[in-house]
Amino acid sequence: MIYTISIWAIIIFLTFVAIVLGLSFYFAGKTKSASGYYAAGGHIHWGVNGIAFAGDYLSAASFLGICGMIAYSGYDGFLYSIGYLAGWIVALFLVAEPLKRLGKYTFADALDARFNSKSIKLTASISTLVVSIFYLIPQMIGAGDLIVPLLGLPHWSGVLIVGSIVIFIVATAGMASTTYVQFIKGALLIVFSTILTIYILNNGLNLNPGGNYHQFIKIGASVDGKKVVGTTDSTYSFIDSYTVDEKLTFVRLQKQGIERWFKLSKDSTSLDEMLSVATLEDGTILYNGEPQSAAKFFQVGHLTKIIVDGKEVDKTGPLGPFEFLSTLENSELVRFTKKDIKAANTTVWFQTPTSGKDMLSPGLLLKISSKTGASIWDKLNFFSLMLALFLGTSALPHILIRYYTVASQRAARKSTIVAISAIGFFYILTLYMGLGASVNGVLDVESSNMSGPLLAKYFGVGLFSIISAIAFATVLGTVAGLIVASSGAIAHDFMDNFLNMKMTDKKKVKAGKLAAFGVGIFAILLGILFKGMNVSFLVGLAFAVAASANLPSILFLLFWEKTTAKGISWSIAVGILSSVFIILLSPAMYERYGFAKGLAPIPLDNPGIISIPLATIVLVIVSLMTQKDNKNKVENYHHDK
Amino acid sequence: MHRPAIKLDADNAAVKKSKLGVILFIVYTLVYIGFVVIGLVDPELLGLHVIGKQNLAIIYGFGLIVLAIVMGFIYNALCTRLEDKMNEKKESRI
Repeated sequence: MIYTISIWAIIIFLTFVAIVLGLSFYFAGKTKSASGYYAAGGHIHWGVNGIAFAGDYLSAASFLGICGMIAYSGYDGFLYSIGYLAGWIVALFLVAEPLKRLGKYTFADALDARFNSKSIKLTASISTLVVSIFYLIPQMIGAGDLIVPLLGLPHWSGVLIVGSIVIFIVATAGMASTTYVQFIKGALLIVFSTILTIYILNNGLNLNPGGNYHQFIKIGASVDGKKVVGTTDSTYSFIDSYTVDEKLTFVRLQKQGIERWFKLSKDSTSLDEMLSVATLEDGTILYNGEPQSAAKFFQVGHLTKIIVDGKEVDKTGPLGPFEFLSTLENSELVRFTKKDIKAANTTVWFQTPTSGKDMLSPGLLLKISSKTGASIWDKLNFFSLMLALFLGTSALPHILIRYYTVASQRAARKSTIVAISAIGFFYILTLYMGLGASVNGVLDVESSNMSGPLLAKYFGVGLFSIISAIAFATVLGTVAGLIVASSGAIAHDFMDNFLNMKMTDKKKVKAGKLAAFGVGIFAILLGILFKGMNVSFLVGLAFAVAASANLPSILFLLFWEKTTAKGISWSIAVGILSSVFIILLSPAMYERYGFAKGLAPIPLDNPGIISIPLATIVLVIVSLMTQKDNKNKVENYHHDK
Repeated sequence: MHRPAIKLDADNAAVKKSKLGVILFIVYTLVYIGFVVIGLVDPELLGLHVIGKQNLAIIYGFGLIVLAIVMGFIYNALCTRLEDKMNEKKESRI
């Protein structure tokens, strides 16, 4: 995609980064103790903590990923919003207060509070690391995606910049600076997303997204039998055609020495213009047949029909929030569907007319209706995703540690409610931002993650600059939280508690900072490696791993007296291994490896439906088999009291 | 064996709050399961208009988000009342 660099965007971005770094310097002077580094001293106000929760939780997946998914697949993307928010109910009603009672710095502390078990310390610290790394990958991808239009730098440099800044934030002041970065960013994200939504509603729906929007052409097809042999437009010459998936025919034509790709219409009478990215033998990449600098690779997404009160109109004018949805439901739009033509080393995006009704109901991304050919595995995938989203939130280590930054159980509860209100409001906005992006000609087909910021650009460079800077800070805040959680797992849980290295308070902080540095470098490498994947999809996987590895242990520890240390350790181990194993053999990963999706041995993209019950069963069985171990637990627990 | 980062006062309302949390959790979970089951069994139902010109998918989806917020406030109000009542009683006995 071609982006024009804005000097304002760069200035606002740099100002934002400077504020964040200044904040870190300020708190660095105050952070001397381990309690200060890992839990901000336990004295954050519940209101600040609540918004910081939102800042931590509303990661790249929420702003970049969900908006992108809704823009490309309609309501199916909104399912993530619903599931992510519903997960907070588990955190509020079951986990928040008891966890505050049990923990000190990390998630492993809470699990181990009644046992003093080496195996819990080890497995919980590994689980924290694995979940945090799964969560880190999409954040870093999001950072790279943002930096391309914002600063005009390549994807990898965005990943490197975020990684470096976050390592600095965490390594200087730990949880205190992380909390305030998350607070500022959470508040700004909600305020400016509201402003963006007001722009969308005020703009209404319009058949013409703007003066520069590319008008896709349709030309006549010459067909011999079932084969395309040319075109009725004499200005184009026929090169070749390819059939993909046995039903899609793509045609390569040439005009004035430039190759262009078209798709044969369903009735085989016409050829519809597509977007294409072709890689030549010498490695040159052509966008719609020309070099990137020719700027012929267009932003897309437009309406083809708008119905108001039964009449077709060109535009609606300002719409109310519910009116916007009902008008869109009666309208028709064009989405762009990606296909790889491997034989021609080309990727194309063809126009897919879609009714507003389909856009505002589930089914475009997740196949769930038997009428559209959904198999039992498709339905299980849907169920598995909704299960993982619901159970994953309260099992995310970087979210759980935020309960240790407030002073009381009441503050933990109140901050969770502030978080639910702020996050819930934001998730309702995601539907408008995603749908707004889908019809205003702003989509970059190479990166669904950029839909939200590019929509802001449609309304003005100023708004784009601020939204992009906030989105970048979104990544910073979440990555900082993840790295604090990971460094706690390595330095506090593993080195101090498991290896019993008996570190002084000062050494604990130093070990935490070194661990933060190591995890940060690792995250940078993974962010570069996984470029191009939708960040919300990847976070969905992180939720599944968290829900499988951690949630059974947390809930059974709190609500089942017979839970044993071995039961918890085995459950965590089985939860991690089974969920990661299923993910590695899933259709989405097979596609990533370069194989056909159909070859994947496990036809599930989300492992939750198998790995969560499996980890739970293991916990119950192992606990029942090791009941005699619980004598120590009861004694220790009472002693601790 | 470690202790929390901050020393917490004894909470006599903990058991009652926990029971309240479980009840509210079950209520919300049932509503959430209802949404998932409709998606699994009869997804076309989600496309039907239910209130005004909005389809069930929008109403149910928004409803789940708003319900979570409303239940959060109700839970907090009830918990705060329990804490004020039960923890205060003990203090006055002491």
